[in-house]
Amino acid sequence: MKHIVIIGATSAMAEQCARLWAQREASHFTLVARDEQRCRVVAEDLRVRSPDSTFTVTTCDFLNAQSIQEMTDRICNARTVDIALIAHGTLPDQNECQSDLAACETALLVNGLSPALFAEALVGHMTNINHGSLAIIGSVAGDRGRKSNYTYGAAKGLVDRYAQGLQHRLAQSAVKVTLVKPGPTDSPMTAHLKLKGASLADIEAVAKDIVGAIERKKTTVYTPGKWLIIMLIIRHLPKFVFNKMDI
Amino acid sequence: MTPINSWGRLNPSSHVLYPLSNRQLLESQLGQSTLPGIAHGMGRSYGDSCLNPGGSLWLTSGLDHFRSFDSQSGRLVCEAGVQLKAIQQLLIPQGWMLPVTPGTRFVTIGGAIANDVHGKNHHVQGSFGDHVTYIKLVRTDGEVIECSPNENPEWFAATVGGLGLTGIIAEAEIQLRKVEGPWLETETIPYFSLEEFFTLADESENDWEYTVSWVDCVSRKGTRGIFMRANHTSASPSGDGQKRSLSIPFVPPVSLVNRLTLQPFNHSYFYLQQRQSGRAISHYGPFFYPLDNIRNWNRMYGPRGFYQYQSVIPRHCGKAATQAMLDEIARSGEGSFLTVLKTFAKREAPGLMSFPMEGVTLALDFPNNGHRTLNLFERLDGIVSEAGGRIYPAKDARMSKSLFAAGYPRLQEFLQYRDPGISSGFSRRVIGS
Repeated sequence: MKHIVIIGATSAMAEQCARLWAQREASHFTLVARDEQRCRVVAEDLRVRSPDSTFTVTTCDFLNAQSIQEMTDRICNARTVDIALIAHGTLPDQNECQSDLAACETALLVNGLSPALFAEALVGHMTNINHGSLAIIGSVAGDRGRKSNYTYGAAKGLVDRYAQGLQHRLAQSAVKVTLVKPGPTDSPMTAHLKLKGASLADIEAVAKDIVGAIERKKTTVYTPGKWLIIMLIIRHLPKFVFNKMDI
Repeated sequence: MTPINSWGRLNPSSHVLYPLSNRQLLESQLGQSTLPGIAHGMGRSYGDSCLNPGGSLWLTSGLDHFRSFDSQSGRLVCEAGVQLKAIQQLLIPQGWMLPVTPGTRFVTIGGAIANDVHGKNHHVQGSFGDHVTYIKLVRTDGEVIECSPNENPEWFAATVGGLGLTGIIAEAEIQLRKVEGPWLETETIPYFSLEEFFTLADESENDWEYTVSWVDCVSRKGTRGIFMRANHTSASPSGDGQKRSLSIPFVPPVSLVNRLTLQPFNHSYFYLQQRQSGRAISHYGPFFYPLDNIRNWNRMYGPRGFYQYQSVIPRHCGKAATQAMLDEIARSGEGSFLTVLKTFAKREAPGLMSFPMEGVTLALDFPNNGHRTLNLFERLDGIVSEAGGRIYPAKDARMSKSLFAAGYPRLQEFLQYRDPGISSGFSRRVIGS
């Protein structure tokens, strides 16, 4: 049975991926989340979808390096990891990050530092046995700093660069790292955006892209695919144009 | 405050939104809203029963977890935001299916219960509430009421078809039915008078589980339509039966359904279907959910949106009243494309406020042409009320208080079970609070 580890298992995007995996074949899932009770709700749901799958639900301090290391050791020593998905995150309010430095700090830690630490810890185990696929959820917001969400964007930019480094390091290895860059996606995290009339991607389609990208060992995937083009343009817009844009 | 619309897209109104995502914290999540609210799932009700202009909406789409499924008995327990689509997709391959399903699978369990929705097999399976064996209701004061046909049956009867007004439906248990596969054996028969329709409907009741018909209500050649009936079959033709899905990508500046297009639309549909009449094998998808394949089909009515008018008329005067309604529509020059005519059998309804009753139900859609459309509805109301019929709240955006009270004689009984912290556009319009 495949062993699939999901960090941030209560995130809507992670949950949709887990549902796809569970539907495909019975696996052993290790679900890690900050809120254990909610994580159990996710496991219960997956068990109905895939009665032959087995589940371990666990929790740790997502902002503590030692806690992350210990938990990763425990998971990886118990069972060889085939797929790991790092999916946790928050969508902070940019204005709050500007006026309240503590909020800014939390946003940077949760969305940037924490996923990077998890990635490092997991890749450490994977390289030991030269086996495993790691996927990290980044964001299109990490491609270029914008006034409307640069705290979040900077954190995701860190994840982006970290994944790039890991990919370079693992180029000759069987261990693969996939960086996923979703555009704005319809989930509880973005409920307030939808209400402002933003067009949000269907979360099931995004999950399908993520699962497919891991399977095909892609290094970077934009989902929905149109964001590859949109961000290509945004990244290359000259400053005098970019600075006039209200984005 | 955020503008939210229902499926009819008549007029977006401002709401304070509270996405619910954690069933364990439901009480405290509900406690956060200062204004009265109403649960809102997929927003597939056509009018204002899923809206609460100026108030709170509790969004239930995040409550989409299964809890348990017993593959021996077919009992499924899940949160209220689970969509029918998810259930059908997961469990039909395992030989279990929802016994009753409305014309779209993009609705939640909570919505299906609160509207006590019906399907094409009312004469065999009744309505959705007939298959609900447990409801967990959370009141806005934090009280949790567990009810079923046997436990707190009065709360159960008030909540099934209760339009979300008795509390938030948090979880439910549904008794699924066994099926041999996703395929149906269908028969399509054109008919050329109401007389013929009723004959077909009656003679199909014993041998066919699903019956429904489409009516060409703008034909100059008198009433005509297409009668469809189906049964489950163990046959397994090749292919997965899934059609490519289409989408209406934007709202056209005017309704695509209008005086110019209605005749040709209806005319060609009739002839296309007539050519395909006879027996066939169909996947449950296109048969149960013909419009699910066109995403955002509600946009075709343009920026002003559209009304649905669905009534049920007692059987004894069903023929005369239906004919009178069709004549009235033809006279008005307004018209409908998605016209559905179907009979309901004599069954005791599970809810105090359930819509289905023995008789004939006519569902019509009309682009919103303001007063012209509303005037027609008043004339249709006259026929419905004289015949002792009622209007379906899930489709309604304009019925009067008196028509509602006359159509639902157990209204006063129902009102005792209302949650004072819950209000909807619909409840304020037809009940007063």
